[in-house]
Amino acid sequence: MKVTIRVNGVEHTREVEPRLLLSDFLRHEIGLTGTHVGCEHGVCGACTILWDGAPARSCLAFAVQAEGHEIRTVEGLAPAPGKLNPLQQAFQDAHGLQCGYCTPGILMTMTAFLEDNPKPDEAQVREALSGNLCRCTGYQHIVDAVLLASQA
Amino acid sequence: MNSFGRPLTRNEDPRLLRGEALFVDDVELPGLLHVTFFRSPHAHAHLLSLDVSAARARAGVVAVVTAADLGDYWQPGPLLVPPPPVPGMVFNQRCQVPLVRDTARHVGEPVAMVIAESRYIAEDAVGDIFAEWETLPAVGDLEAALAPGAAFVHADLGTNVAAEVHQARGDYVAAARSAHLVLKRRFTYDRGASIPMETRGVVAQWDPRADRLTVWDTTQAPVVIRNGLAAMLGLSERQVRVVAPNIGGGFGPKMMMFYPEEVLVPWAAMRLGRPVKWIEDRLEHFFSTTHERSQIHDAEIALDASGKILGIKDEFLHDTGAYDPYGLTVPLNSQCTLLGCYVVPAYDSRFTAVFTNRTLVTPYRGAGRQHGVFVMERLLDLAARELGLDRAEIRRRNFIPADAFPFDQGVIYQDFSQLSYDSGDYEPILDKALAAIGYDDFVARVQPAARAAGRSLGLGLVCYVEGTGIGPYEGAKVQVQSSGKVSLATGIGSQGQGHATAFAQVVAEQLGVDLRDVEVTTGDTDQFYWGVGTFASRGAVVAGSAAHEAAKVVRQKVLRTAAAHFECAEEDLVLADGKVHVAGVPDHAITLGKLAGLANPMRGAVTPGTEPGLEATSYFGPASGATASGVHAMIVEFDAGTLRPTILDYVVVHDCGTVINPLILAGQIHGGVAQGIGNAFFEQLAWDENGQLLNASLADYLIPTALDVPRMRLEHTVTPSPLNPLGVKGAGEAGAIPVGALFAQAIEDALDLPARGIEILEMPLSPCRLWEITQRG
Repeated sequence: MKVTIRVNGVEHTREVEPRLLLSDFLRHEIGLTGTHVGCEHGVCGACTILWDGAPARSCLAFAVQAEGHEIRTVEGLAPAPGKLNPLQQAFQDAHGLQCGYCTPGILMTMTAFLEDNPKPDEAQVREALSGNLCRCTGYQHIVDAVLLASQA
Repeated sequence: MNSFGRPLTRNEDPRLLRGEALFVDDVELPGLLHVTFFRSPHAHAHLLSLDVSAARARAGVVAVVTAADLGDYWQPGPLLVPPPPVPGMVFNQRCQVPLVRDTARHVGEPVAMVIAESRYIAEDAVGDIFAEWETLPAVGDLEAALAPGAAFVHADLGTNVAAEVHQARGDYVAAARSAHLVLKRRFTYDRGASIPMETRGVVAQWDPRADRLTVWDTTQAPVVIRNGLAAMLGLSERQVRVVAPNIGGGFGPKMMMFYPEEVLVPWAAMRLGRPVKWIEDRLEHFFSTTHERSQIHDAEIALDASGKILGIKDEFLHDTGAYDPYGLTVPLNSQCTLLGCYVVPAYDSRFTAVFTNRTLVTPYRGAGRQHGVFVMERLLDLAARELGLDRAEIRRRNFIPADAFPFDQGVIYQDFSQLSYDSGDYEPILDKALAAIGYDDFVARVQPAARAAGRSLGLGLVCYVEGTGIGPYEGAKVQVQSSGKVSLATGIGSQGQGHATAFAQVVAEQLGVDLRDVEVTTGDTDQFYWGVGTFASRGAVVAGSAAHEAAKVVRQKVLRTAAAHFECAEEDLVLADGKVHVAGVPDHAITLGKLAGLANPMRGAVTPGTEPGLEATSYFGPASGATASGVHAMIVEFDAGTLRPTILDYVVVHDCGTVINPLILAGQIHGGVAQGIGNAFFEQLAWDENGQLLNASLADYLIPTALDVPRMRLEHTVTPSPLNPLGVKGAGEAGAIPVGALFAQAIEDALDLPARGIEILEMPLSPCRLWEITQRG
């Protein structure tokens, strides 16, 4: 069936099976491979995108459900090609990533979190981060990065 | 300009942060086909019949491949690491097969490969396959596996013994006879999984016009994969390009070679003439990506009245899973690392590796070192208690003295060299850790006050060594580009270690260029031909040293070319900011890019003994590994009702020689500790008696979240390694190695278990398991 989804402000229309996951639509239909897939059962958070501004697991939604909704992915964060937004810059400055696989999902989760809570303390950051798994960093530098971004 | 040794941010980050970096599943090719595997549902069973006709008939299915369809391509995989040259050693080689032909030996072993126009169709078609099985008793328990009447994982062997190795020096019997105290305990360590956030994957493309195969693989060792695939597929190495692009975490299991999928996907791409992709899902990952950690130790320590170790005897069983292609790296590491930071005059260690009907065991971050450290540190804790000694003091009394290095341990290590610690100084590390954690104050004031208030606070303090940076070698090619940027290529792969920054720092230091102007390529066999892989905390040591050597040669070429240009002596030149000028005349500088052009003239000749361009390739191979060391200390509180731990303070004092980038080093330590915490208190693979894995999802197998990992405080000491030009030692596994031993001690301390006659002798734990243990008293 035909589906039209707005992703990072651009409308994409494709003919898809109803069972196609939103994560697969983003990655393999429209080529936005920045959204990563880590478990496909909604636990790891690597595939987190913003769905009308709220974080959501793109592996737990069908593409057809996103019809008429505004989806935002990691590719939509930077203000211009080759640039980083303040949160992305804070991740580089604080060494908040190692392999970088979980990073896009964490950036999307934290983008929404900081909009709701612009001046969080460490405990609040850790609570908000606890739905995203990272196997490389031990989280400490991720927490530092989010706190750094909140001070910008 | 100096970048070496500074906490600089990473070159690789911007592309990762914008979602632009290439991972294996990001590879899209015209006409791409997708693979899903039909896998054994049984841990041990004869395959009586296999009907793939319905799958083949499904619309969109291109091929279904069984073992029979592979013909001569069906071969057991290669033995990656031969057994060590230990006299009397037994090793029974049984390597994994690409597809089950007659007997499945673990749940998840691939039986048939479905190739279809989409992943969705391929998954559908797996459901069309019908297999008839005769189930056999599953071997799981290590002791039962060796008992009379046990079923055999490999019937033709007539035993479940995969290997036996005995290493001994000194006279343990005499040591025990003369000892003031002999303690013997059984220690167990159970299985966990590495769980990189990116699962495994392979994409292969055969280009008939170029007569070349390109493979994108989530491997830690692209060069070895290239060589092996070329041999298997009847191609020359130059016809095969293996790319390990950005890899989403490795931790060891992506060093395993060759996984069945790695062998089958390139074969299918060549047979079908279309590109083929397989991406492991998380369920498959739990069953088919290698595990680690299951061992049972019966260990004995003999001490004199002052707490000095006289000898240690250890016999242990090691679970190698259904096949043993990785040889004996893990149990050898356990055997060697047990000796730790200590003088052990007599050592008698024997292990038996055991085949089981479980997923294969290969190194996972720590790679057997955890077990050795757990046994030794626990023995010291128990001995200290018996002798009325402080836990820090018994360790201090047994440390290898600072003037005793290099210190020969008299056993053969995983690299088959004699285990010799290159350098170290352990007391300052312990002193720093004691001060940082506030040891004296905790014992004298904090813990008694907490107990009086009904709180269960405990402290853990453990020491460890980490053998790192083993050979055989790595290489690096450094080249000045016409743009003035400098490229560096090496054969190892990167899985998040920051190689694109750390190696760039090494090169920038020599060539006087900005860190951001050094472009590092790892994991592409077309960019660098030779290499081994990223494992055993060796990237910075071995490839980093090769990069250093290559950059030094390029520096000489830069200066020689500039001296000719300026018609001056090389000693009069200043190389800085990407330019060369004569000392005192900074306004007349020539850029490295222009010098690269001069070194590659369009007219005139390249004179004998020189080469075009500003380029050099160097190799580095250390004779043996560099030994890092450290102390972890932690204060933890247990909720008396739920037995959930809250870590209140965590200190790591670490010595990995010269530090290239403290920021990256801190990240490595943090991540290692987090995995150690998971391994100590969250992560345990649960099996039933039929060899079925019961918790194969991230909802059931819990890895630590941001709420479970504490803020860590790091301190360092530096004893440079004399074995490489940079003085560096590896750091990749240091965070993970001692955490099990640390938890065990801290739990006993927090819950005052010794007073109740309870000892923690097993890992991993959980609130549930800890409750069971504490009910014994």
